[in-house]
Amino acid sequence: MAELKPRLYAWVQDYGVYAAVLALLLFNVLFTPNFLDVSNFRTQLVQVTPIVIVSLGMALVIGTQGIDLSVGSVMALAAALVVLYLGYGWLPALAVALVGGAAVGAAGGALVAYAGVQPIVATLALLVGVRGLANVLVPQLVEFRNPDLIALGSSSVAGIPVIVLIAAALTLAMLFVVRRTTFGRQVVAIGGNRSASELSGLPVQRVLLLVYVISGLLAALAGVLATARLQASDPTSLGLFIELSAITAVVVGGTPLTGGRIRVLSTVMGALLMQLLSATLIKHNLPQSWTQMVQAVIILAAVYATRERASR
Amino acid sequence: MEPVLEAKGISKSFPGVLALDGVSLALNPGEVHALVGENGAGKSTLIKVFTGVYRPDGGELRYLGAPAAFGTPLEAQRAGISTIYQEVNLVPMMSVARNLLLGREPRGRFGVIDAARMYGAAEQVLAGYGVDADVRRPLRTLGVGAQQMVALARAVSVDARVVIMDEPTSSLEPREVETLFGVIRRLRETGIAVIYVSHRLGELYQVCDRVTVLRDGRLAHTGELAELPRLELISLMLGRELNEVKAEGVTRFSHDHALADGEPVVEARGLARRHVLNGVDVSVRPGEVVGLGGLLGAGRTETAKAIAGALPIDGGQVLVAGLPLRGGSTTAAIRAGVSLLPEDRKAEGIIPGLSVRENIALAALPSLAKAGVVSEAKIDAVVEIFMRRLKIKAASPGQPVAELSGGNQQKVLLARLLAVRPKVVLLDEPTRGIDVGAKAEVQALIDELAGEGLGVLLISSDLGELVEGADRVLVLREGAVVGELAGAEVTEERIMATIAEQAGAEQAGSDQVGAEQAGSEQAGAEQSGG
Repeated sequence: MAELKPRLYAWVQDYGVYAAVLALLLFNVLFTPNFLDVSNFRTQLVQVTPIVIVSLGMALVIGTQGIDLSVGSVMALAAALVVLYLGYGWLPALAVALVGGAAVGAAGGALVAYAGVQPIVATLALLVGVRGLANVLVPQLVEFRNPDLIALGSSSVAGIPVIVLIAAALTLAMLFVVRRTTFGRQVVAIGGNRSASELSGLPVQRVLLLVYVISGLLAALAGVLATARLQASDPTSLGLFIELSAITAVVVGGTPLTGGRIRVLSTVMGALLMQLLSATLIKHNLPQSWTQMVQAVIILAAVYATRERASR
Repeated sequence: MEPVLEAKGISKSFPGVLALDGVSLALNPGEVHALVGENGAGKSTLIKVFTGVYRPDGGELRYLGAPAAFGTPLEAQRAGISTIYQEVNLVPMMSVARNLLLGREPRGRFGVIDAARMYGAAEQVLAGYGVDADVRRPLRTLGVGAQQMVALARAVSVDARVVIMDEPTSSLEPREVETLFGVIRRLRETGIAVIYVSHRLGELYQVCDRVTVLRDGRLAHTGELAELPRLELISLMLGRELNEVKAEGVTRFSHDHALADGEPVVEARGLARRHVLNGVDVSVRPGEVVGLGGLLGAGRTETAKAIAGALPIDGGQVLVAGLPLRGGSTTAAIRAGVSLLPEDRKAEGIIPGLSVRENIALAALPSLAKAGVVSEAKIDAVVEIFMRRLKIKAASPGQPVAELSGGNQQKVLLARLLAVRPKVVLLDEPTRGIDVGAKAEVQALIDELAGEGLGVLLISSDLGELVEGADRVLVLREGAVVGELAGAEVTEERIMATIAEQAGAEQAGSDQVGAEQAGSEQAGAEQSGG
């Protein structure tokens, strides 16, 4: 038993989130009418897509012991920029939105990496300021009719929504970056021990800057995709509190907030788990407030599992 | 006279370490008692026993003539034992006055703090410590020295019987040091006992009455300081008998490097950093092992870090193979061929969450990748070469490095260092805290590296290692090179004698530090020009 316990913890840590997703799926198949309907499934996936994309960047940032609170506001900024420049065609507009997101990421990254500002403070300032900027650019909800952008949000390939395919591709790309690139390994090393990384000659500041730029880029893309799906730009409310959902996905996926570890697939699973959970409870006529309380329990359980691993 | 605070045969152990082994120390009222020892001697542990941070495993602690057992630091403080740490532990955002009187603020009606009285009282107290500052401003606006005075004033004003000072002068200006000594002398007159921990021997002789020397957790000596010559004090600290005949073969150094006489592979000129480095010149030629000697706090680690770009410098220059190195960047230094093995393996070396393999490959990753994508095959090859060459004992390359023994962790770090193919390696205490077998292997490796033409800068507190390993030894004291020994001069006696030289001379010149610094930089520049 004494030997089994740490192994059990390790297993829960590594695969707990997968097991939870499977368990919830099984529960729904058995007890939720119409759960297996394709349209229902699609709705769930489409809804969770922005969270998945944002949490990929968040996982990277958290891997460096940082945090990025600005992602929701970056989504709003991207939504504003994309309609402002839609007159030039959807691709230039998308490019401008991405540049905007990268710029916000660069600002946060520069504050963290070069000015030594704490990540939570630097990105909190951006959370507030960038939301304001987005509202100045587009003060109210604006509907648009650009067919290409609308198609981006609503079309499917082989029955799978394009935005879900994009999220899947990004997940694979992030997996590759974390596992196979110099940059990914350096990110993990810096999160694991920053002074050791510095003394080993790693370009710590540059890597940190780039991490926040990537997070900004992904948030901007999520903002454009969400806007395309809504067929309207809504900088006032788009992406509100998504930073918390993304952090939740990362934490539930078993990535410790203390850095030095990045779990890409588990993070995506974490996002799916939370989505599936709220969908399940709603389908069984439990109010939203119940969902929130259950989510709290899951977050605490995930943190507990991470703590056990850390103390070993 | 009865001691105010007394430790009798105190023992304290931590998992795997006996930090204190039957240590006794008697502190009399009105004396200033120096507590000295090198790293791992047990000073901090003893202080923590005195201040209630640790409970001793054995022995007796007596305070004011009765057995004492402080459960918490607060209890010790309430009983009258105050401690001033290197780092000021006050509240930086609060006003100076509140920091000084925290918890004892003068109160008016309804228990409201009487600000006017508080400021008045604070100003009065601080004037006695030579601090002339606006007590209404936040503490952090004061200089470090003045903050330390506030900490001291606070410690003394809480009816302290014993004041423990841990390296109190490490960040003070010479003028502030004088003020501090004035305060210490006043404390002595009022019957307060002071435990004074410092590595600056000149200061000890200036202000302390008695001395206790710890070494490896044991009491090495206790007695009147004035009767103890400086050289003898150093030999007690380092654990070397003055007349001890050098025992050959204790270490694994062969000591027969073909002495390279080529151009230096790395040359540091006039390295300066406030409070730490005071114009250090070091050069290492290919195939040469240069040792840095000196006591703790002499600036050895800082010299190595400054050369490796890991410590920003205020002045001076580092040349690698004759070309100036951009300062303050470890990336640039490593690219130029300068790699550092840091002193603190755990905090600055290993990345505990990663495997042996990832730890070894870390610094060399850019060269093991193509277009930013790492080549697993190349990493495997490099890792295998170094694991075999350095005889790293791990279950597999994938084993987490944190699970390895200290010696094997150190070898992993050496492998990381060597995997980038450096021209010169700076090894800061490469054999500290590792088992005998690994120690011998690391020493043999250093020899081998020098034999292959690498330049080696070796820092070691183990005098034997320094003497047998180094071709040349530079002795540092208070951030400056005070002597250079080469060839037959490299003996333990000569190193200790060089450390001990010029007793008291440094105080006389301490006001001219800035001038000296500028002078030595100039001299360095002239030499290089000529």
